[in-house]
Amino acid sequence: MGDSESESEAPKVKLRPIVRLGMFLISHSHLLSVVCCTAGVLTLLLLPLLAKNTYISENALMPGSANPMLSSQEVSEANGLVKDLTNLDLKPMASGIESQRLIAQYMSNLGAEVSFQKFYPQSNQFHPLHFFSSPDSATIRENISCSSFGLNTVGIIRAPRGDGKEAIVLVTPYNSEKIGLGEALSLGIAYSVFSLLTRVTWLAKDIIWVVADSKYGEYAAVDAWLRDYYIPVFSGLGTQYAEMCHGLEENTITERNMRDGFKRAGTMAAALVIKVVDRSEQFEDSLSIYAEASNGQMPNLDLINIVNYLAVHRQGLRIKVEKMWSLLNCKWLMILGEILESLGHLAKSLNPQWKFGIPAADYVEGTATLASSLYYQALGIPTGPHGAFRDYQVDAITLEISSRVSSNNKGRQNDFLLRGGRLIEGVIRSVNNLLEKFHQSFFLYLLTSPSKFLSVGVYMIAFALLVASLPMVAASLYAHANNLDPSFEKNKSNHPASAANELGITLRSWKWLYAAKKVLVVHLWGAVVLLLPYFICQIPNCTPTTSFVVWVLLSIFSLLILFWILGSPFYYVNASQPQQREWALLKSVTISAAFIGLCLMSVINFATAEIGALLMVPMCLMAHPLKLDVKSRKLRKFSRVACNLALGFIGFPPTAFLVFKGVFEGFDGISVSDFWNWLESIWAWSSATYLYIGMIHLPCWILCIHVILHPC
Amino acid sequence: MAHLPRRTHSILLILSFQICFSTIFAVFGSVFQEEFSEELLLKPLPDRKVLAHFHFETTAPPLSTSHGRHHHLFPKAIAQLVQKFHVKEMELSFTQGRWNYDRWGGFDPISSSNAKPPGVELWAVFDVPKDQVDASWKNLTHTLSGLFCASINFLESSTTYSAHEWGFHPSSGGLRYGTLPREAVCTENLTPWLKLLPCRDKAGLSALLDRPSIYRGFYHSQRLHLTSSEFHSSSVESGIVLEQALTVVLQPNSHKTSKTFSSETKLQPSWSLSSIFGRKVTGRCVLAKTSNVYLQLERGLVTELENLQKDNTITGPDHVGSGGLKDNPGFELSVRPDKMYKEVNSLHRKSSSVLYEYSIERYSVFEPFDLGLTWKFPVVWSCPRAPLHSSRFLMGSGNQRGTIAISFISTDLEEGFLSANIGEESCKLQADIFQVVPWYIKVYYHTLRVFVDGQPEAITNVVEKMHVSPSEDKVSPGVMELVLKFPCAVKSAALTLEFDKGFLHIDEYPPDANQGFDIPSAVIIFPNFQTSMHYLEDNSSNKSPMLSKFQEKSPVLSYTEVLLVPLTTPDFSMPYNVITITCTVFALYFGSLLNVLRRRVGEEERILKNSASKKAGRLPQLLSRLSAKLRGKEWEPPQSPSTSSSFISSKLLLKVLIVAGVAVFWQYYSE
Repeated sequence: MGDSESESEAPKVKLRPIVRLGMFLISHSHLLSVVCCTAGVLTLLLLPLLAKNTYISENALMPGSANPMLSSQEVSEANGLVKDLTNLDLKPMASGIESQRLIAQYMSNLGAEVSFQKFYPQSNQFHPLHFFSSPDSATIRENISCSSFGLNTVGIIRAPRGDGKEAIVLVTPYNSEKIGLGEALSLGIAYSVFSLLTRVTWLAKDIIWVVADSKYGEYAAVDAWLRDYYIPVFSGLGTQYAEMCHGLEENTITERNMRDGFKRAGTMAAALVIKVVDRSEQFEDSLSIYAEASNGQMPNLDLINIVNYLAVHRQGLRIKVEKMWSLLNCKWLMILGEILESLGHLAKSLNPQWKFGIPAADYVEGTATLASSLYYQALGIPTGPHGAFRDYQVDAITLEISSRVSSNNKGRQNDFLLRGGRLIEGVIRSVNNLLEKFHQSFFLYLLTSPSKFLSVGVYMIAFALLVASLPMVAASLYAHANNLDPSFEKNKSNHPASAANELGITLRSWKWLYAAKKVLVVHLWGAVVLLLPYFICQIPNCTPTTSFVVWVLLSIFSLLILFWILGSPFYYVNASQPQQREWALLKSVTISAAFIGLCLMSVINFATAEIGALLMVPMCLMAHPLKLDVKSRKLRKFSRVACNLALGFIGFPPTAFLVFKGVFEGFDGISVSDFWNWLESIWAWSSATYLYIGMIHLPCWILCIHVILHPC
Repeated sequence: MAHLPRRTHSILLILSFQICFSTIFAVFGSVFQEEFSEELLLKPLPDRKVLAHFHFETTAPPLSTSHGRHHHLFPKAIAQLVQKFHVKEMELSFTQGRWNYDRWGGFDPISSSNAKPPGVELWAVFDVPKDQVDASWKNLTHTLSGLFCASINFLESSTTYSAHEWGFHPSSGGLRYGTLPREAVCTENLTPWLKLLPCRDKAGLSALLDRPSIYRGFYHSQRLHLTSSEFHSSSVESGIVLEQALTVVLQPNSHKTSKTFSSETKLQPSWSLSSIFGRKVTGRCVLAKTSNVYLQLERGLVTELENLQKDNTITGPDHVGSGGLKDNPGFELSVRPDKMYKEVNSLHRKSSSVLYEYSIERYSVFEPFDLGLTWKFPVVWSCPRAPLHSSRFLMGSGNQRGTIAISFISTDLEEGFLSANIGEESCKLQADIFQVVPWYIKVYYHTLRVFVDGQPEAITNVVEKMHVSPSEDKVSPGVMELVLKFPCAVKSAALTLEFDKGFLHIDEYPPDANQGFDIPSAVIIFPNFQTSMHYLEDNSSNKSPMLSKFQEKSPVLSYTEVLLVPLTTPDFSMPYNVITITCTVFALYFGSLLNVLRRRVGEEERILKNSASKKAGRLPQLLSRLSAKLRGKEWEPPQSPSTSSSFISSKLLLKVLIVAGVAVFWQYYSE
């Protein structure tokens, strides 16, 4: 206010520096937005260079400080279990419950407390009303038949001198109907550790071994157990069904354990899911770590660090994290890596202390890992049964050990069990040492290799640079549209502002409300589109393609209806105001909405926001009415038209998905039904990405297309 | 002159008391003698472990009848403590590990009086006016903390202890109860405890207490129980009775040879005193009146052994055991017992437990006592369990709210047992719950819900009596006492209580990000079920204190688990961030405030008007010159002569260049 007064009196008055800075930014927004965007993309590409080596942050963990106690004796016991299980599988008469009974027998022979947990498979259904709510126990189970149930076997070792307040969980999923060698081996590893832990004296936390019946999926079994652990139902359907379906078991031990009920052991400190897969093409045993839980939540980095440290430095296992394999053969990435490497060499020759160059191969690998890390976090779907634990704030990871063990090579199998068992023992011992909960290391990070990570402070830069241009451009567009541009002001600063002009300015300055209304309506439409699949799912016998088509048609229909009802806001202000202002204002409000949406999303799931920003920011910034560009026949304008069309094409979520899928997996056999399936999986896991696509991305895309096709 | 009659009166009373209860006092003719007795009970447990229960009892006669404040055997520290704080009754226990109610028994005197929650538990009854109880408690905690090298003094704050009406221990108001679940128990607590014994651990049974072997066990609980009738309010003067008990559950070293995982049952590990303690008894404590070792065989075990014996008599008739189980087929004892007691079976159970007594008076250093038990046949038995197995757990996740749930599951009690206790019709199973919850767990007592056999039940149907004192922030914990009556046929029952997690004040947090906060164990009492073991003895005059303790009728009592509640914890490891942010905010605030305060707008404008006509700033000048050059036009200098300022700027530029050059030079040649 003081500024405007002083302007009218003394035009040459120096403004406050912050205002001057803002004016400078707004007036140079074109240049700055281009610089920011390219810098953002470049930083993203540079992230593998900036990754730091992981380190054990919590000193109390002390991984590998004790010699492994697991000996060949436990391994031979475990071999017995593996043999019994595989024999059981060969028998034709083996029923589902037989294997659980065998495992329970083995557990109780060790002196552990054994209990069974019966659960019924739950269909993953889309419930629009409790999308973000915590896992609900009271979900109605409609079609339960007594024959279809899973049976988890749970063994608990009570720490001899512990107070029983905390517990460490071991999970081995296996299919009780058909036990493969890999599953039997994973049970063997867990059993060898379990039998060791019944005898050790250092145990301070209880150990829970959950043998999850993965007949209906690994995640479902673990989730059912956790639900019973945290949100048990004391009354109602669950117990009724349990009684109804009783009478299947005649064995006394089973009977008694089932009746004795669910056994518990304190707060969970950490959980390890152990899986063994047969990969005969591997030359050596390797270990894959899966850590992504729902909505891109990660376990504490220290947990991964311990596993990594013990696997590499103690057991000599090769450790892997998920990669985008198709990126490894990328030519341009290789070239970029080489350029960065030579730059690093150059920097090193200038000053030996500047060490930022990494070999090109490492760079490519790091980029591939980073891309997959980003993708899986952005997807918001847990990559394994460990995801169920994260819903209850328990740090958990899945360890997938791939072996070359064949059933006839006894020595190799022993060696494999010994190494796997020692690794698990070491991890458990480390977690057991922990006095506090995991808090020391990072929770927000991206992995570029098993031993390199990017913390939130680093990867935030790329996103911040990308997003920073949005408010600037929005402000400059607004200023242009209202003739409030400081440059204009400077030019005609001499002539005094009349009263009429003043009124015009105030009228014009409120004009953005029309645009805001339009943006709001489109965002509301996005919410409607989000809810449509719930109704489409009710249609029986629908192939993914037809349901997708139905969805698209319904969406368009609802968009039309919305405009019809709300008095076609697109053409509301046409008569009174010049068109040029109108599209600029619309673009400005769209960009602001996109900015707010992206920032909100970055809090919920950073990776989604990052990928979304990569797609959306250029589209939003470039959007310009085609009519204006076509009128003036210049090469620059035509290139802009081309850019707009390309970005508009890529920005549409289905096309974006299909294009990326095609690029990474090959274009053959791609159909629109893939997108529907993908989306279905996202909402079934109630991922925030689904909300992002519907509430932010799609409306912004529609608005950008509207700006491009604006009639001016 | 009123002293004499009163004294005789009291003596009479004591005598009558003695006759009635045949207590420990009738010994060497004199009533007014300090006495000490040491006993050890060994018991094989069903899960291949051995229970050892040391019981030491020291008694002091009432002050009025003894030699003033001088004691022969009784620890002076305890006597002074009783005198000073007017303690009527007190119990202090240090426990490590958890008692396994399913496998080690929940229905015998040992489990209901010696199974304690992990950490420290202290309760005391004071014989002082009501307004002085809290002060006495505070002083007592500090004294005990000094005596036992433990942080019992944390019980001083009113947030940690509670006074309750009737839930846990029947008393008349002067009772205070507190627990410290987090207290670590180690040998530094045991040593002062042993110092209270007249022979310490130098002689007698306490010499068995080899620290490494007893702390290697699965359960370790040292207990100190004190009753005194020093003060006027009680009519019976029995002096001070100090009862010290140490209960350990040990795993005998089983040789790993018999590790077969077949379905057949394994042989129980054989053990001896020297193998589980690493020491032998080398004679009694000469100051002790009685010094005995007992071996107890549980009912279930005795039944199994009898069955085994029957089978053997069928196959081989030469093993007809006449002397009970003395030469039974199941196991073999290395030392022949001096006496054997059989439990007097009041409830008409199938069999009763058996107790072997060894008097160690005749053993010495040269002939140490080393009781050994060798199993000959695999025996599987189960121990008596409490009528309901109770467990407590937390429900829900997250940092905001949760639910405490207590669940009861009925154990395998014989049908006749229940009906024998209570009448057939309207059979009710009573369970009392006493629970103390710290104030930062804000329990909503109105959300109490009860489920019986999977069906929600109206609270009034189940809850007979209820006493709740809600917690007060930073002042007192919440206490809940409940009397529940379940139908006898109950299979399972559950209680849920919702709570919110409170916020602590910054100085109430532990110094580092912690694992969570504890909710102390709840106490579950089954008042309808009494534990008492009455052993038939030949001469009732020479009764051992431990057996008379067993004989006392006390309700079945069990403790639930300690719970860990994660509370929202600020990250204290980064105070730096806070300092930085605060400083920035302060700087911004004061900077702008000062700016506003000392700004004179009119003056500034006048100066600006003057200077605007004269010259522009240096930087814009440079910039305009640069832009002019870029545009390829002649730069036109401003009207006013500005040589001085441009001179300064070029000088400055020169300086900067020189400094940069020096820096580059230094960078290259320093390496």
